[in-house]
Amino acid sequence: MFRAVCIALCLSFSTVTLAEIAGFPFENEAEEERFETLASQLRCLVCQNQSLADSDAPLAQDLRSELYEQIQTGNSNDQIISFLTGRYGDFILYKPAFNARTLLLWLSPLLLFIVGVFCLFRFNLKSRQEPEGEVSEADLQKIRELLESETENK
Amino acid sequence: MSQPTEDPKEKPKRWIYIIPLVLFSVLMIVFFIGLGLNPRLLPSPLIDQPAPGFNLARLKAPDEMISQDVLKGEPSLLNIWATWCVSCRVEHPVLMKIAASKEVPIFGLFYKDERSKGLAWLKDYGDPYVASGMDLDGKIAIDWGLYGAPETFVIDKDGVIRYKHVGPITWDDWQNILLPKIKSLRAGSGV
Repeated sequence: MFRAVCIALCLSFSTVTLAEIAGFPFENEAEEERFETLASQLRCLVCQNQSLADSDAPLAQDLRSELYEQIQTGNSNDQIISFLTGRYGDFILYKPAFNARTLLLWLSPLLLFIVGVFCLFRFNLKSRQEPEGEVSEADLQKIRELLESETENK
Repeated sequence: MSQPTEDPKEKPKRWIYIIPLVLFSVLMIVFFIGLGLNPRLLPSPLIDQPAPGFNLARLKAPDEMISQDVLKGEPSLLNIWATWCVSCRVEHPVLMKIAASKEVPIFGLFYKDERSKGLAWLKDYGDPYVASGMDLDGKIAIDWGLYGAPETFVIDKDGVIRYKHVGPITWDDWQNILLPKIKSLRAGSGV
């Protein structure tokens, strides 16, 4: 029973996003799939943390119908994306393009990882090479005295 | 104090342990500056591009059409507005003052609205526009990369977009940003 309720709940939530996309009559599933993929990869510029597929903003609706029309006229995904980035900039892409300007953005995690691994090995090896605990006789004597005074106090 | 022979070796190493703190501080400064930035201000790819084309019926005279060609000849402003846009109402008195200063012609793009409402607005609050084109379905605004009315473009005498202002223009914006840009465009010094 509980499981059935859970499934029902999940299904009811999943229809929310579908309902946003619905309203455009597609001739075949491939086109509809393209539409849904594009709409979920593009950012709504009004509510910036939502995709075009999720947003109810009037501009998102307009951009969805723009997507629909361009798919209908047979434009490729690349054509549609360059149409939108030409007007709204790279910001409309949730996944930034890989180019000279975004090189650092894409490669910095790898770079940091390499630096991290380098530091890890370097410092680890160094500490291993260091001779272990060479304590001078004078220090040892002092330690003994301290320990003794500790036990005496108790 | 135990082994003075090791001291010269250890000294150059110590500064290394400051690095994480320095990196952390730099990161915090970057984040702090980031907090103060307005995420709504997006760089427009249209800067230094020719104004996108349009051919729209005029709000006040729907039999006449206006196109991007009206933007050529001298520097101008193109302001995207609507009566349902609250910030446009805030901005409107500033546009009236700019129009009264006669520094620059203001053209309007009347965005996703009803003609009767637009006419009533201009009658009630005054008309700062030389002319407004009616973009009732919002198609042209997409070509202009609009994402939040009001938006205002500074266009040079060749019809090239030189600057974009997102949100209502305040009198300070006009005096400190837009007017100097227009003056430098008029002086022919380019950007």
